[in-house]
Amino acid sequence: MPTALHTPVPDPPAPRPAVGVACRGIAKEFGSGETRTRVLHGIDVDIGCGALTLLVGPSGCGKTTLISIIAGLLDPTAGDVSLFGTPQSQLRGNRRVDFRARNVGFVFQQYNLLPSLTAAENVAVPLLVARQPRKRAIEKAAGVLDAVGLGSRLKAFPNQLSGGQQQRVAIARALVHEPRLLVCDEPTAALDSSSGQTVMELLKSVAVHPDRTVIVVTHDSRVLQFGDRLLEMADGQIVLDTIPPSHP
Amino acid sequence: MNWVAWKMLNGDTAKYLGAVFGVAFGVLLITQQASIFVGLMSRTANPLRDVREARVWVTDRHQQNADEIEPIADGAVHRIRGVEGMDWAVRLYKGVARARRPDGIFRQVILLGVDDHSFVGAPRTILMGDLADLRRPSAVFIDKAGHESLWPGEPLQLGREIEMNERRAVIVGICETSAPFQSFPVVVATYTGATQFIARERKQLSFVVGAPVAGVTPAEACRRIKAATGFEALTYDQFVWQTINYYMANTGIPVNFGITIVLGFIVGAAIAGQTFYLFTLENLRHFGALKAMGVNNRRLIGMVLLQAAVIGAIGYSLGVGMAVAFFEISGRVLPDLRGINIPWQVAIGTAGVVVAIITFASLMSLRRVLLLEPAVVFRG
Repeated sequence: MPTALHTPVPDPPAPRPAVGVACRGIAKEFGSGETRTRVLHGIDVDIGCGALTLLVGPSGCGKTTLISIIAGLLDPTAGDVSLFGTPQSQLRGNRRVDFRARNVGFVFQQYNLLPSLTAAENVAVPLLVARQPRKRAIEKAAGVLDAVGLGSRLKAFPNQLSGGQQQRVAIARALVHEPRLLVCDEPTAALDSSSGQTVMELLKSVAVHPDRTVIVVTHDSRVLQFGDRLLEMADGQIVLDTIPPSHP
Repeated sequence: MNWVAWKMLNGDTAKYLGAVFGVAFGVLLITQQASIFVGLMSRTANPLRDVREARVWVTDRHQQNADEIEPIADGAVHRIRGVEGMDWAVRLYKGVARARRPDGIFRQVILLGVDDHSFVGAPRTILMGDLADLRRPSAVFIDKAGHESLWPGEPLQLGREIEMNERRAVIVGICETSAPFQSFPVVVATYTGATQFIARERKQLSFVVGAPVAGVTPAEACRRIKAATGFEALTYDQFVWQTINYYMANTGIPVNFGITIVLGFIVGAAIAGQTFYLFTLENLRHFGALKAMGVNNRRLIGMVLLQAAVIGAIGYSLGVGMAVAFFEISGRVLPDLRGINIPWQVAIGTAGVVVAIITFASLMSLRRVLLLEPAVVFRG
């Protein structure tokens, strides 16, 4: 008589990337009455973990609106976003803010580093938001800065750093609290070609993680090679979902 | 996050100092003007304060303040002494005379005539001379500020002569008195002596001052005096406030000082409010980033309020410090401002004004921060 110990074990299924972001019927309108404008038209998309997803498209196509909704900064007019299985529509007020603080990291086009804080202090901000003691937060921030190659510039203020270095500080800040979703808005737009490449290499090597979803909004065709997946938007819709042309 | 708020504030030195000095300037203006106002109003009652022994003041029933005096008959003092419950009562003269130096230079002076025997009402702080010398013929004391006014730049000296009502007076002592409202020199003589230095009137007695026996309150003594004599009788506190209220109601001083104080408030609020608001506006994208990173509105309010409180506290301290320095220096250099300092009520009141200024500045800034959509950080 077969027992559990003697039951033949089937081969495990091939691992599938978990879905980090699930958008269902996302629509967004701005304004009211005659000035009402529909920016997103019922977007359905799943974005998995462990990959770098590029969101591209012409200005005004709705990229920024979509990532604002995905990141929980904006409410959709219709539809819902689920982040790691948690529908955002179920989170209100401070619960949503807390969820965002724990699970979402941001990299902004203009870095948005606080000019009066050093690099290490800037990186520590998300940990301070999470009410970690300042000393421990700055120590951890120093470790992350080291990982992005700025271990020697811990005490530098933003105005003492180059654009590329500032964006690396911003990436360190976005990752220091180990978020499950990283949203990057035009991270290379304000950088020269070389710095842009460095930043994208860094995102690819440090940010991409099996448990993390990374979305990069970009206009910059030079960085497409770094994406694992490319979503192209036009007129408030995703019109192309593909693998970037020069993806290895 | 309070630490981040503090660092943000310190990072923009120009606006930080601008807001701090806006508050400080407003505080200086308000504290200084309010203190001078309180000091001036308080001076109106200084002649009463210098007669520390008196608990009861008796005067003409139409008297409205301590300066405009309708004399009463000299015999009134005996009637007051006869009122049941009075322990003692003496005469006090207060009037204005013209003091002329031998070379013809003259000044209007406040002439005090204190009781010949008890010296009730005589100055307590004697800088030169002996109070007993006041009993000598033609003897007077003069206050230090008065001496400096009549003989500017000259050292204090006894034996100088002045002439009042064509009668020679010899300065036998120099004293300190509380600064009078009119900033005239104060000349002190005995009651008998004082009446020699003024034009003769049928009635010359300014006040009868006294105190009740133990067990009778000044208010009760006043009630009995009024009933028995028909004179106005006031307790010390009543007379002080009657005098102060008279000047409040019948001069333009409260309005003038009030306008300056309001201007101080407006200037302080405008400078501090505008600078702080600009500071917040320039940091709006950072506040937006913090919002995106998960700083909720309650913590953002705390950050803005902390920044405003720091500006308010430092601005207040600087402003009050400058006002203290002003009174310290001016009290030595400007005799007219001697004795004026910052009452604790003014300091607390100004603190309240600073809270109002800071609340105003914070509300303007908070409105922008709270209405800020965190998604703004994606708009470059």
